[in-house]
Amino acid sequence: MNDAPERAIVIGASAGAIEALSVILPALPADFPAPILIVVHIPSDRSNFLSPLFAAKCQMSVREVEDKEPAERGIVYFAPSNYHLLVEEGGTLALSADEPVQHSRPSIDVLFESAAEAYGAGLVGVVLTGANEDGSSGAQAIASAHGTVIVEDPAGAYAETMPRAAIRKCPEAHVMALDAIAPFLLRELGRS
Amino acid sequence: MSDSIEDIEMRLLLEAIHLRYHYDFRHYAQASVRRRLRQAKKQLQFDTFSAMQEALLHDETMLSRILGYLTVQVSEMFRDPSFFLAIREKVVPHLRTYPSLKVWIAGCSGGEELHSYAILFREEGLEDRTIFYATDISPDALETAARGIYSLDRIAGFTENHRAAGGKTSLSDYYSTGYGGAVFDKTLRERVVFSDHSLVTDAVFAEMHLISCRNVLIYFDRTLQDRALGLFRDSLVRNGFLGLGAKESIRFSDHASSFSDFARTEKIYQRREP
Repeated sequence: MNDAPERAIVIGASAGAIEALSVILPALPADFPAPILIVVHIPSDRSNFLSPLFAAKCQMSVREVEDKEPAERGIVYFAPSNYHLLVEEGGTLALSADEPVQHSRPSIDVLFESAAEAYGAGLVGVVLTGANEDGSSGAQAIASAHGTVIVEDPAGAYAETMPRAAIRKCPEAHVMALDAIAPFLLRELGRS
Repeated sequence: MSDSIEDIEMRLLLEAIHLRYHYDFRHYAQASVRRRLRQAKKQLQFDTFSAMQEALLHDETMLSRILGYLTVQVSEMFRDPSFFLAIREKVVPHLRTYPSLKVWIAGCSGGEELHSYAILFREEGLEDRTIFYATDISPDALETAARGIYSLDRIAGFTENHRAAGGKTSLSDYYSTGYGGAVFDKTLRERVVFSDHSLVTDAVFAEMHLISCRNVLIYFDRTLQDRALGLFRDSLVRNGFLGLGAKESIRFSDHASSFSDFARTEKIYQRREP
């Protein structure tokens, strides 16, 4: 496990997710020095279209998570629909079919909270547009574990409820416009 | 697990469950176990896992309550219809060549998957030559599975799945409403042996033609996944079939070479010649 990345990015997005992620992900280079783990709320009958969609747009490799695969640098991982995505210590990705949390499976909180325990201060969490409050408890957990939290500016977001809830629960979050997020991630990761 | 006090307490709790009651969760995937135990602690109103451990050691009734949290599994009938379509169209033609069949639903939970197979096998005319083994570690789950009653609000989803899985009959042919739910016909369970069996600690008990174990291995760490896959390998007849969950893989297992892909996207594997 010595070669497992010490840093990772987790992203949560709901209503308006595809447009928002289309601003961030294609702006990151193929050799981005951390794994990016993403939960998007999508109806379960429209599963599996996210990874091919973004694979076509991104320089980084993009795939849907398979249980117990190691999270590797330079790869974007999407949680499969109808499963929670969790991170084990040592950076192994695990899935669960436990009941939905706050009506969501995958749940952003479940990913963020487990990733906060696995990566601690090495984690950057990003809360994007959405019409529910998923991700706010997770953002709080990341901040408590000394990680970094970024929230999309609600003023410019497609749906402001989710970013607002995250800012309320996690006041130390960096709030920024969508197009400032990729440059921030590159600066942040360049430092390590 | 790391060395925070909570993690130490959690490890001791799992050790206590093992020593006192012989249920072994020590090699379950830790992130999910941690979530489930925290939920149990909160809802059963314990301040710490140490307090929970003390109650568990001295009060046997606490076991079934905590087991409920550790073993909860949420399934549906014909979950991932493309899987059951592949069983019907690709696996069934092979199964037809055997005069008698043994099918193991490992980790049967509340029986949704078992009933799906029973209906599919009846539709395909294989039911009379088949014995189903439905196993789980949870007595409550086995009881639910043997009862075959599901809440009515789930039936629309089950019906849709059944149709998408190539169903040749109407799902409503198999249940009547009563007891506040859909009661599935008991003849579907006439050829089923329900049994308490642990993939963690128990051994091979029969020679199977098909083993279905979907969304169970995701709760195991790699050590335990290897044990279970070894057990499946040793339980299958030559060229027998193994069905896993849509996002499960044998790719990372020591036993990967014992199986070949049969229907790759549906995660159906075939036992290789030894």
